[in-house]
Amino acid sequence: MSTIAPDIRVPSQPSGEAPKHHYLNHTKGVLSWLLTLDHKRIGLMYMVAVLAAFLIGGIFAVLLRLELFHPDPTFNSDPTKAWDLYNHFFTLHGAVMVFMFIIPAVPAILGNFVLPIMLGAKDVAFPRLNLASFWVYVLGGLFLLYVLFGGVLYIATYDEITGTGIRLPGGFGLDTGWTFYTPYSTSAGGTQSGVIAATMGVFILGFSSILTGLNFIATIHMLRPKGMTWFRLPLFLWALYSTSLIQVLATPVLAITLLLLLAERILRIGIFDPSIGGDPVLYQHFFWFYSHPAVYIMVLPALGVISELITTFSRRHIFGYHFIAISSVAIALLGFLVWGHHMFTSGQSALTNAIFSLITFSVAIPSAVKVFNWVATLWGGSIHLRTPMIYALCFIGLFVIGGLTGLHLGTLSTDIHLHDTYFVVAHFHYVMVGSSLFAFLGGMYYWFPKMFGKMYSERWGIVGAIITYVGFNLTFFVQFIAGAQGMPRRYASYPDGYTIYHQISTVGALVVSVGLFMILFNWLHGLIKGKPAPANPWGGNTLEWQTSSPPPHDNFATTPEVGDPYDMHEWEEDKRTGAWTKVPGKAAPAHAH
Amino acid sequence: MSTAHADSHAASHNASGHGHEAHPAHLAHHFDTPEQQLFTSKLGMWSFLATEILMFGGLFVAYAVLRHNNPDVFLWSHKALDTNLGAINTAVLLASSFTMAWGVRAAQLGQRRLLLLMLALTFLGGVGFMAIKGVEYKSKWEKHLFPGKLNVLNAQFAYGDGSPEAIAAVKAKTITYVDSHGSTPHGDHHAPVQVKIGTPVYDPNRGSSDEAKVVPPTFVPGGTNLSALGTDKGGHQYATYNELQTPDQNKINSFFSIYFMMTGLHAIHVLIGMGLLAWLFFRALGGAFSPAYYTPVDLGGLYWHLVDLIWIFLFPLLYLIH
Repeated sequence: MSTIAPDIRVPSQPSGEAPKHHYLNHTKGVLSWLLTLDHKRIGLMYMVAVLAAFLIGGIFAVLLRLELFHPDPTFNSDPTKAWDLYNHFFTLHGAVMVFMFIIPAVPAILGNFVLPIMLGAKDVAFPRLNLASFWVYVLGGLFLLYVLFGGVLYIATYDEITGTGIRLPGGFGLDTGWTFYTPYSTSAGGTQSGVIAATMGVFILGFSSILTGLNFIATIHMLRPKGMTWFRLPLFLWALYSTSLIQVLATPVLAITLLLLLAERILRIGIFDPSIGGDPVLYQHFFWFYSHPAVYIMVLPALGVISELITTFSRRHIFGYHFIAISSVAIALLGFLVWGHHMFTSGQSALTNAIFSLITFSVAIPSAVKVFNWVATLWGGSIHLRTPMIYALCFIGLFVIGGLTGLHLGTLSTDIHLHDTYFVVAHFHYVMVGSSLFAFLGGMYYWFPKMFGKMYSERWGIVGAIITYVGFNLTFFVQFIAGAQGMPRRYASYPDGYTIYHQISTVGALVVSVGLFMILFNWLHGLIKGKPAPANPWGGNTLEWQTSSPPPHDNFATTPEVGDPYDMHEWEEDKRTGAWTKVPGKAAPAHAH
Repeated sequence: MSTAHADSHAASHNASGHGHEAHPAHLAHHFDTPEQQLFTSKLGMWSFLATEILMFGGLFVAYAVLRHNNPDVFLWSHKALDTNLGAINTAVLLASSFTMAWGVRAAQLGQRRLLLLMLALTFLGGVGFMAIKGVEYKSKWEKHLFPGKLNVLNAQFAYGDGSPEAIAAVKAKTITYVDSHGSTPHGDHHAPVQVKIGTPVYDPNRGSSDEAKVVPPTFVPGGTNLSALGTDKGGHQYATYNELQTPDQNKINSFFSIYFMMTGLHAIHVLIGMGLLAWLFFRALGGAFSPAYYTPVDLGGLYWHLVDLIWIFLFPLLYLIH
């Protein structure tokens, strides 16, 4: 940190040759990373932390699937103990995946890294807040993980004869599920300290999310260079902007909800628990007022990534730019008005239900606008099936399934039957994993050369993507069927009739694990042994491709040219090196617009 | 962090295409002009204030729902709050907002002494508000008018102070009405009135005795169920919160839960604001602000006004229910 930056001038990068000075070697030492104010390094630190959380959440996903492989207890001969473990598994899986993986994945990793570069800025508006946001994330994450691990450890090591197990000091155990529904969470739901500490953890993680969102809003509003008008923003930035609006406006409601929950749990102040004068449905309203918009925090940036991938790898200007841009904002705003569809069976009035159902349907419109525009972009394009594009194509299919099954659940009559079944589980996994995770992976591959200045293995990238895709569908498609036949979610055991579905699902989960590890190894291999990446390996025209790979500390050696982000016709590929260079004045092909 | 600052400054000096010969001391490397930096900071602050409004918005919704669930209890319970003190506090906060705004102007004009004076006065406003709030909380604490398990004597309202007379009243199954104004349900402003349990009582909230309507005894909070009385170590009669029947607990809880959550969270914000004011004061003392750079004073002012604004809503919702 104490080193003074040398005068860096990165020349326009010759293809295949890494620049000598870039943000990765700008300063040295552990502290220069841990206390960095550089958005790119913060993005990478987020990457390490968030992927670690993903690994933990993933391990528990596999464990809970293994428990469900058979209706009998798997991990312990004593059913009570096995079921108890299972309850902790799915709580751990859900809470870690939602609060520590999917919500920060695209905005905090890809967003942090790419946003200022795409915008043509040197950094985000508030670099210190950005760093604070990361450390707040780590702090909140540690709280949450400690409690959840503590519970699993205690149950797993509990010995009936001595009546003891390994107890971590402080908090252990939480089996409320990631939703913390009251009054269970304020009266039972694991140990007192467990609920308190886990809730604190989520509360703190929320601050991290708010700070990131606030930073992005200020950056996009105020740090646009000359020529970067709103309708020249890349669509990923429109998506991030919409996401940030949700993060800033919805997360505080979660904060106050958790504060009230804490007050009720610790002091027995009656807000939610009806036995002490509270209103339990109020909690559900509060929780979903945050958590439904949060679904769009998870998926909107993913939609933005896909817009980038589709157009770049179709070698064609994105179709319907304005519609895609505005649909992101529309999804963000409509997303605030649909929370009640989580409570169709919680005793809302028929009128309320009908209104929420109607608005829920209307979210399908901007979502479909995006999908149709992507398909229209593909149409007539010159499709390059590189790894990121494979993910984008997988994404479209999975997002359509995830989105359309949402309509089944938004329909009042069918929701009565499907509520709290595996149909719901399958639906939101198609949206959160099938869509968000696939877009995240695609985005990681897409910007990997920019982040590290190295190329990954294309062959293994494609194999990993296909294995994950097959495994994912194997895991979750059968859950639609099981759910439609009445299998309730969150149950550790089930009648024999459901066994086949659960077994297919568990096998699928193992296949997904294989695919994901393949992806991880591909990244690590590329990081260590990958070929040097050219400045522009894909021929994209957004600004991040106009700087070196990896970019210099200040992002651009020379002020980038701002133009139509999707006008790619001047870029030409050198087939030998795979690098794209700009040929100014090259004529546009006749069919492009 | 300061080294990082120097680092980024050095980088910005070196960067061409940015072209600022005279580099203002407070301009971070990624901004072009001080105006851009100021407006960015302001936008950030307004976004933050939006999160604050949403957070308190949750409490206002909770208030609305709980009041809707128990309208009678809210109507009755708010009488225990001291409207005069609440009104004085409103005035104190409004005045402090005025001095804050004046302080921001002083900072913009570079009037350092005036700025210091105004920051100090605003801080004192915060002190005054918290002191009055402390008096109010203390009286609620003494009367056991608060929800939750910390409260061992939620029913004090009904039993008076545990004196022999009060206990005798309790044994006679009567309630002594002493509200915080020192008035009674019957409009008598001097003597506490003893009411036999089960006797219809007049609701003080419904206007003069002519218009007063008979309110069933269930409208009276917690302490009305005197069958749960116990004796503490000093021989005083008492009923613990847990011994009360659930409906009685609920009645007390539903108002004072939200009262303490709202005013408590607001008070925490006032304390944070006072911390900011103290920090601004010492920075101003060191001459950190000038007409060219007064962003922290401006942002601190915005925060203080928001805290004030929230109280403007809390006061009528909690103290002036009709």
